[in-house]
Amino acid sequence: MSTQSKAGNGVERPLSPHLFIYAPSWTMVMSVVHRGTGAALYFGTLLLAAWLIAAASGPVAYDWAMWAFGSWIGRLVLFGYTWALVCHLIGGIRFLIWDMIIGFGEERRLLALGTWVLSGVFTILIWVVGYMVK
Amino acid sequence: MVELTLPKNSTVKIGKTWPKPAGGTKLTEFKVYRWNPDDGKNPQIDTYFVDRDDCGPMVLDGLIYIKNKIDPSLTFRRSCREGICGSCAMNIGGLNTLACTKGMDEVKGAVKIYPLPHMPVVKDLIPDLTNFYAQHRSIEPWLKTVSPTPQTEWRQSHEDRTKLDGLYECILCASCSTSCPSYWWNGDRYLGPAVLLQAYRWLIDSRDEATGERLDNLEDPFRLYRCHTIMNCANTCPKGLNPAKAIAEIKKMMIERRL
Repeated sequence: MSTQSKAGNGVERPLSPHLFIYAPSWTMVMSVVHRGTGAALYFGTLLLAAWLIAAASGPVAYDWAMWAFGSWIGRLVLFGYTWALVCHLIGGIRFLIWDMIIGFGEERRLLALGTWVLSGVFTILIWVVGYMVK
Repeated sequence: MVELTLPKNSTVKIGKTWPKPAGGTKLTEFKVYRWNPDDGKNPQIDTYFVDRDDCGPMVLDGLIYIKNKIDPSLTFRRSCREGICGSCAMNIGGLNTLACTKGMDEVKGAVKIYPLPHMPVVKDLIPDLTNFYAQHRSIEPWLKTVSPTPQTEWRQSHEDRTKLDGLYECILCASCSTSCPSYWWNGDRYLGPAVLLQAYRWLIDSRDEATGERLDNLEDPFRLYRCHTIMNCANTCPKGLNPAKAIAEIKKMMIERRL
């Protein structure tokens, strides 16, 4: 409740503690991660747009972009972007499963944890394959 | 609105440590949220020690021990002491549950007790549930019919009756609603898991004839659709019910009636 009521003597009632006293659960954590990765994808899309703009602007700009993305920090950012994309995708599938009224029992925790584990596995696989075909 | 931190008047200070009971050998530490509207101070956490040899096994027994033997000013709601009235819902060890059905030995370390989260506090462990009850009223939780009232009772097949299992057991303790981050940020407009489970209880009742009207009332970006399947409700329900699933069923009904 966002509006706070007042006590009989006009004293503003305090709001009881919430986020920082609540015990985290996998389903809650993965919901937060889904939000976070969703927000991160906006920035990831900007990276993609920057790369396309560089490619359309000519070889000098493209070389510069490839240098930036190929640098140590550039690769780290791209690795994070890959993970955010994969995690958000698998998270989306998890929510789709729940929308079909499947997996609400004890397996709900496993589904949430599975998103975490699978997103890591797939991200590493994508990069391994990427380096292999390079 | 999302506000991760507490307002200035709500930040919690360290309070008083009350003396240990004399002669107690098996002591359990209780850390309890206190707020008194009359002393003008911020909320604080008081520390008590409960003599387990002189006290029942449940967290509620511990609170009653404190009130009777250490500090009579400690304020909390309780009534049935057997998990059916829903009065003693509070946050124990980080999870919302009923103090009367939570064993002290189920909690690791000190028993930390707060009022139900993100609610205005009346005093100590008592939250103001006015908004929660008003939201329950808004879904019209009673049988609505247009057919002539039968001479005897409204009949229902055994099969239709079983559809109410897992719903009718809800005691409206508000543990689930106040565990839900969506309800924390949008509790003024989002109905929350308890009220939506109740809404589904009437939607799925074969005797009720206001299904369409009930769905119309819920078809709203906030009232129903602020549920993001976070599942804190299902994780915390002291009666083992699954409000998240009931809400998913309502969302499914919304889609099905459009097809």
